[in-house]
Amino acid sequence: MSLKAIHVLFIVASTVLALGFSGWGFNNYFSSEGAAADLAYGIGSASAGIGLVVYGCYFLKKLKNISYL
Amino acid sequence: MEIPYTVHPREDTGLYNAKLGIWLFLASEVMLFGALFSSYILLRVGAAPGAWPHGLLNIPIGTLNTLVLITSSVTVVMAWASLKMNQLSRFKIYQSLTVLFALIFVCIKSFEYHDKFTHYEVVLKDGKSMTGHIEGSPMFWNLTKLNANKIASITFTPDAAHGAPDAKSEGTAASSAHGEPTKIATSDILKLECFGPFHNTYLAIYFTLTALHALHVIGGAIVIAYILLTAGRWWKKNPEQLTNRVEVSGLFWHFVDLVWIFLFPVLYLL
Repeated sequence: MSLKAIHVLFIVASTVLALGFSGWGFNNYFSSEGAAADLAYGIGSASAGIGLVVYGCYFLKKLKNISYL
Repeated sequence: MEIPYTVHPREDTGLYNAKLGIWLFLASEVMLFGALFSSYILLRVGAAPGAWPHGLLNIPIGTLNTLVLITSSVTVVMAWASLKMNQLSRFKIYQSLTVLFALIFVCIKSFEYHDKFTHYEVVLKDGKSMTGHIEGSPMFWNLTKLNANKIASITFTPDAAHGAPDAKSEGTAASSAHGEPTKIATSDILKLECFGPFHNTYLAIYFTLTALHALHVIGGAIVIAYILLTAGRWWKKNPEQLTNRVEVSGLFWHFVDLVWIFLFPVLYLL
């Protein structure tokens, strides 16, 4: 497995983390003890998740000639 | 005798020596961190209901460190891609940025550790207990040290839960919002302990996991810096071997980053 393949795996894991963190933030915000910081976590990490998906597509396009092995 | 497959991959495996070596090494690393993660999970599910501490760590700082490491994984792969495209100067920029991000990560982590070593729990002889900071932010103080240094009293600033405005509503970390400083006589103290690895089981496993991870970050940064400093010579001598070296160090760096991707939610959020 090359660095390209492990990087794709890493970006997928990071995207899952960002979306999970976003869900955690929104869930806390809409609970009875919700704070403005939780909303910021939710919005910020959802944006980061979208950014990572966009970056992943750019990366695959840029390195399409390099093998996964 | 010349060692085969140092640069070009072996036909049947598709791997050159260094890549096979790093994957074997990473397999052993997975077992090491896997054992520690398993320990954490077993300790947590085995804890009495409500006994596992929450909110001890600073989430904004953890989030910042996560962003730093994700960005460093982008720069490390871009450095490798630059060499693949024969752009040595661009490689040097990306490789330097990776080392810089590693240093930023370690600096932030040490700040976080310092915060824990200057954050105390004090138990008084009348049964009252509170957490907070001692004036002057000394590290690793305890009752024995107070008595040995003949310190008659300490000025203690309690955390939010003991009278200060609610930290969460202020959007700050729990340890950064404080109540009014109070003077406590050493003779009234039953126990004084900072939030070090000896304080409770959670902090013991937290420091074990994060310190081991930080050591990996430092080790990786040293290797990446070494490759950066010797890149010019290797580029002239054998550019393909340099590219392979960068790929192998990048594989290690991605492993270190992946460990953090698991550590962050487990330690800071759940």
